[in-house]
Amino acid sequence: MKTKAATQAGAKNGRRTAKNTSKDTQHSALLSDEQRKSIFLHMLQAREFDMAMLRLYRQGRAFGGVYSQIGNEATAVGSAFALRESDALFPMHRDIGAHFVRGQSLEALMLNHTAREGSMMRGTDGTGHYADVSKKLYGNVSHLGAMIPVAAGYVLAAKMRGEDTVAMTYIGDGGSQVGDFHEAMNLAAVHKLPLILIVENNQYAYSTPNTEEFACARLSDRAIGYGCYGETIDGTDVELVYSTCLKAVERARAGEGPSIIETVTMRMRGHAEHDDARYVPKELVGEWEAKDPIAQYQAFLLKKKILTEPEIETIRKDLAEEMNRAIDDAMAKPYPPAEEGRKNVFVD
Amino acid sequence: MPTFTYLEAISDALRFEMKRDESVFLLGEDIAEYGGAFKITKGFLEEFGRGRVQNMPISETAILGAAVGAALNGMRPVAEMQFMDFVTNGFNQLVNVAAMTAYRWGIGVPMVVRGPSGGGVGGGPFHSRNSEAWFAHTPGIKVVCPAFPADAKGLMMSAIRDNNPVVFYEHKGLYRKIREEVPEGEYIVPLGEARIVREGRDASIITYGSMVHESLAAAEELEKDGASVEVVDIRTLIPFDEATVLASVKKTGRVLVAHEATLTGGFGGEIAARIADKAFEYLDAPVKRVAAFDSPTPFAPTLEKEVLPDKGKILAELRNLLAY
Repeated sequence: MKTKAATQAGAKNGRRTAKNTSKDTQHSALLSDEQRKSIFLHMLQAREFDMAMLRLYRQGRAFGGVYSQIGNEATAVGSAFALRESDALFPMHRDIGAHFVRGQSLEALMLNHTAREGSMMRGTDGTGHYADVSKKLYGNVSHLGAMIPVAAGYVLAAKMRGEDTVAMTYIGDGGSQVGDFHEAMNLAAVHKLPLILIVENNQYAYSTPNTEEFACARLSDRAIGYGCYGETIDGTDVELVYSTCLKAVERARAGEGPSIIETVTMRMRGHAEHDDARYVPKELVGEWEAKDPIAQYQAFLLKKKILTEPEIETIRKDLAEEMNRAIDDAMAKPYPPAEEGRKNVFVD
Repeated sequence: MPTFTYLEAISDALRFEMKRDESVFLLGEDIAEYGGAFKITKGFLEEFGRGRVQNMPISETAILGAAVGAALNGMRPVAEMQFMDFVTNGFNQLVNVAAMTAYRWGIGVPMVVRGPSGGGVGGGPFHSRNSEAWFAHTPGIKVVCPAFPADAKGLMMSAIRDNNPVVFYEHKGLYRKIREEVPEGEYIVPLGEARIVREGRDASIITYGSMVHESLAAAEELEKDGASVEVVDIRTLIPFDEATVLASVKKTGRVLVAHEATLTGGFGGEIAARIADKAFEYLDAPVKRVAAFDSPTPFAPTLEKEVLPDKGKILAELRNLLAY
C-alpha cells in the first residue's frame, strides 16, 4: 500500500487556518520560466474571468448562479498543468483556471456562461458544465461527485486499449461526503486506474464548515481505506500543487493507481454571489487573504526576476482588454433560437 | 434456425456484438467467473478475457458512472444490474449524467444498462420491480422491454449499436420459460417499432414484456367465444411507435392497455392518453388498463398473485370491454 499520511497543511480537527500552512512559496525545479509565465497567466485569466462574472451579475447581465473561484486559482491551474494534452480533465465549478490550462478561450467561456447564441452548449446549460472534446475537457453536473466515476470509466476504457491516458477530476470538501466519491475511488483503486482526485478543501460546503462535514483529520486520509495514495497540501501554492500532482500523474501512468490530493484553500466569497457568507469568521478570511494565490506567485516571480513589474502590468492590462472584448461580443449576441430547446435530446 | 430461450437469445446477441465490435464490453457484479446471477454471461470470460468482462464491486453508481465515462471515451459498455431493482443505487448517473449528455454536449453516450426485472417468481419487494416508467419519463434514455427470444436478440443488437443510453428490461420470468426459433448471426430489430403479434378485429390489447404472453393467452381463450382480439407488443417504450398503436385502435375501436408495472404513473397511462387524444372518435368504449395494484410486489405466492396482473385479469377486463 502506497499510502502517505504526510501533510504540509496544518490540520486542527478539520478546521484549517492559514497560519499553520507553509508561508513560503515552494517552487518546483521541474518548471521552466516560460511554463511559470503561462501558469501565472492562467491564474490571472481565472481571476479576471471571475471578476467579470461578478460585475455582470451585479449589473443584472448574468443570470443563474455565479460561483466565484477566487482563492482556488493555484489549485485549479497547478493541478491541470501537470497533465499532458492527451490526458482528460473533469473540472468542477470553481476550476475555471483549469479550463485555461487546456487552452479554452475567454470568449468561448463568456458566451457559454451567459447562454448566448453560438455558445458551446447552445443555451441548454451554463457555467463550466460544458464539454470540449478537442481539449479533452468534460464539465461537471450539479450533482456533486457524479463525475468521479465517469472519470474512472474514461480511463478504464483507455487502459483496456493499452493507452496511457490519465484522468484528473475534482471534488470539494462538501462533495467528498457524496457516495460517488467512495464508489469511484474504491473502483479506481481495485482496478489500479490512472485517476487523480483533487479534493479542494475550501473549508465550507455552502454554509457548513468542515467540522460538520467530516470527522477525519484530513480528507486524504481516506486513501488508506482505499489502498491508494493520499496527500494533503497547501492549495494556494501553485508550484507545490503542480509538483504534487505531477508525481501523482507519474504514479498513475506507471500503473500504480489513483491518488487523492487534498488541497487546502479558502472559499473567499459566498457559495454563489447571492450568498454574503456572513457565517464565515472574518479573521479566517483575513488570514487567507494574506495567502492570496496570485499575490503569492506574483511575489515569487518578481523575486526570481522571471517577470518584472511593468511586464505584469502589461499582461494584466492586455487581459482586461481581452476580457472586455469577450463581454462586449457576448452581450452583442442574442440568446439562442428557441427551437434549440427541442433539439438533441438524442443523438443519431 | 436454432431455438433459443429468451436468456440464450440475449447471450447470443451479446456474444455476437462483442465479436463484431471490440469497443463492446461488459461490466457488472459477478459476471466474470460466475457468469452472472442468471448466467447470461456464462463462458464469456473464457471467450473474451478479463478486459472485456469486467467484474465490478457492489457499486451501482460506479458501474453506471464508469459506463458513461467509457462511452465518452469511445467504448460501447453494456452494464449489468444484477437485478434491475438495484438501478436505483445508480439512478443519478443515468438520469442526470447519461440522459443529459446528448442535449447539453451534443455527444452520444452509447451504453446499455440491462438486467432482470419483473415479478411472478417469488422475488419479493426488492427483486421484482418493473421500473421502466421512471426512465420513460427521463428524456434522453431509450427504454426496451422485449417479450420474445428473437425480439430480445434483435433489440439487444440495436440497443448496443445505438449512440444513446438504453435501459434494457429483461423479464426474469421469461428467461427460461419460452423458447422459439431465433435467426442466427446478425439480427436487428429496430428500436421504436411495435409488432402486431396477433391480428384481430374486435378489440386491441396494447402491451409489452410479460403481459404480451398473458394477453395472447387471454385472446386465445376469447377466440372460443367468437371474439377476435388483436395484440400489439410495443417492444420499446422509448421510442414509442404511436402509429402502429393508433392504427390498431382505429381498426378495432376498443382498447385495453396492459403492463405488469403498477398502475399509477405507469407507461399505460401515457399510451391511454395518446389514444384518447389522437383516436378519440374511433373509440367505442373507454380505454381500459390492466396493471399491477399500486403496492410493492409482495413475497408470498398468494399475495403476489393478488397484486400482479395475469391472463385472468386481462380476460375479465376484455369481457367488460367487449360488452360495453
